[in-house]
Amino acid sequence: MKTLVTNPVLIKELKLRFRNMKSFTGILFYLIAMSVFVFGFIFLATSLTGNGFFRPDESFMLFSIMTYIQLGLILFITPALTAGTISSEREKQTLNILLTTSQTSFQIIFGKMTSSIAFLLLMIVSGLPIYSLVFLYGGVSPSQLFFIFLFYLLTLLAIASIGVMLSTLIRKTIVAIIATYGAMIFIAGVTAFFLLISVQISQMGTAAPSMSPIAHFWATINPPAVMLTLLQPPMEEQLQSLTLVPIPLWIGYTIFYIILSAACILLAVKRLRVNMNKYK
Amino acid sequence: MIETIGLTKKYGSFYALQDLNLIVEDSTVFGFVGANGAGKSTTFSILATLLQPTAGDAFINGMSVTKNPQEVRRQIGYMPDFFGVYDQLKTDEYLDFYGASYGIKPKERGVLIPKLLELVNLEHKRYDYVDLLSRGMKQRLCLARALIHDPKILILDEPASGLDPRARVEMRDILRELKTMGKTILISSHILPELAEMCDSIGVIDNGKLIAQGSVHDIQAQLQSEKVLRIKVVGDTRSVIPFFEMDPFVSQIEEQQDKNTIQFFYRGTEEDQLRLLQQAIAQKLPILSFSEEETDLEDVFMAITKGVEIG
Repeated sequence: MKTLVTNPVLIKELKLRFRNMKSFTGILFYLIAMSVFVFGFIFLATSLTGNGFFRPDESFMLFSIMTYIQLGLILFITPALTAGTISSEREKQTLNILLTTSQTSFQIIFGKMTSSIAFLLLMIVSGLPIYSLVFLYGGVSPSQLFFIFLFYLLTLLAIASIGVMLSTLIRKTIVAIIATYGAMIFIAGVTAFFLLISVQISQMGTAAPSMSPIAHFWATINPPAVMLTLLQPPMEEQLQSLTLVPIPLWIGYTIFYIILSAACILLAVKRLRVNMNKYK
Repeated sequence: MIETIGLTKKYGSFYALQDLNLIVEDSTVFGFVGANGAGKSTTFSILATLLQPTAGDAFINGMSVTKNPQEVRRQIGYMPDFFGVYDQLKTDEYLDFYGASYGIKPKERGVLIPKLLELVNLEHKRYDYVDLLSRGMKQRLCLARALIHDPKILILDEPASGLDPRARVEMRDILRELKTMGKTILISSHILPELAEMCDSIGVIDNGKLIAQGSVHDIQAQLQSEKVLRIKVVGDTRSVIPFFEMDPFVSQIEEQQDKNTIQFFYRGTEEDQLRLLQQAIAQKLPILSFSEEETDLEDVFMAITKGVEIG
């Protein structure tokens, strides 16, 4: 823990990030957008019913939509914040000096990644007061919110790891950012497409559904699908009835993305001092 | 001490560095001369643990840069030829960050930073943003950064490049100060002729090969087997030219009638040169002075960078 707090790269990055006006305006606009959406939704819901009531099921719907918006935000912002961490140092010609200090490759990668994650967490946490408005109207349990935030944290970690890894492997920041967005599109979109195809194939020519571990796998690594099962547990049973694999999606999601994050971080650490590798 | 043994770096079939054998003794200053692309920065990058050699090894105080890079990093202060600085970081924060990166305690950093800024004459810029400093100031700050962990060895790649004359003089004075502090300094520079006086020895690198190594005087002798002799005569220079033309070691005689002088290239040894002078005196030629043209390190450097074969 002490190493975490005293990591020079982390301290420097946080200092630079919060000295930058862009960070604050980013959070400000995020909160404004969220407030407009929440209050707009409540206003519309109460106006349409005409009785001024905001029912718990509407509250849950608001919560669900906000949760998906937040997930979209994570998928959209994390690549931009992490894919330039190492490549921008290289472009600014500060990386070589950093690599000749006695910091280990892990310390540098860890400091860079943690500072990006910390900023995103701050963004999410700053939106909590608006988020918690839904509790006023019921329909959402605190434990559900807690699990959703754990899900966010894991998703953040996974995307940040991919971003930092690509930033280490790719020399140019812009290419690294594009590659990370490509990875995001695959994780959030292409896997959903593959899920639909796999389900269709497994059901082809059979009256009863047959076991389809491939379809289950695509559902497992697709963040929106896993999010859906966290928000609507009956969806989990429905999906299992299609794939006939009795493993909850969140278990596979957690295992897959922890392994993926570890692999990405390990690769980034290995390749940071690539010119010191024997095969070069 | 810095030592390289058979250090080689190859990119495909191109040798950036070929079989470099070098020794820099403790508390000495070693200058590295060579044209752009000769292999200086490659050597420095290997010594700074940024680049893995294809063959051979380098040792910093007996520690291998390939086998023990982490320990080597603590021993050296490295200043690259090109470097950037972080935006929105103040001068003292910049040094504090690198101090922390070397594991120096906050309290010690608080004492060290003002001292280092004083050494590089930047104490008045302590709270200024680094990206707003002038080029010369950034170079000096980078030097202070390289000194933050009090390394015994400094590896300075073109520390004075792109600086105006005043900034160069300031940089030279700081390096002189570091020499008196007993640091072992390996330096490459285009202004090496200016630094020659503070270099205990120099190495000349060309096309990845070390072609000469030794004191400034020795290098000049090694690289220049042909010296330039200048003869001043009383009266017409044409009266002495036939005599010198007959000597087998003389070539390319040039006349300067207005100054009553001739000069030519001479390939003979010092004994041959003495014999030539004695013969000229014996023949009572009207010679007023007989001198060897002084060539400084810059001439040597210019000759190498122009690709002129000398020696």
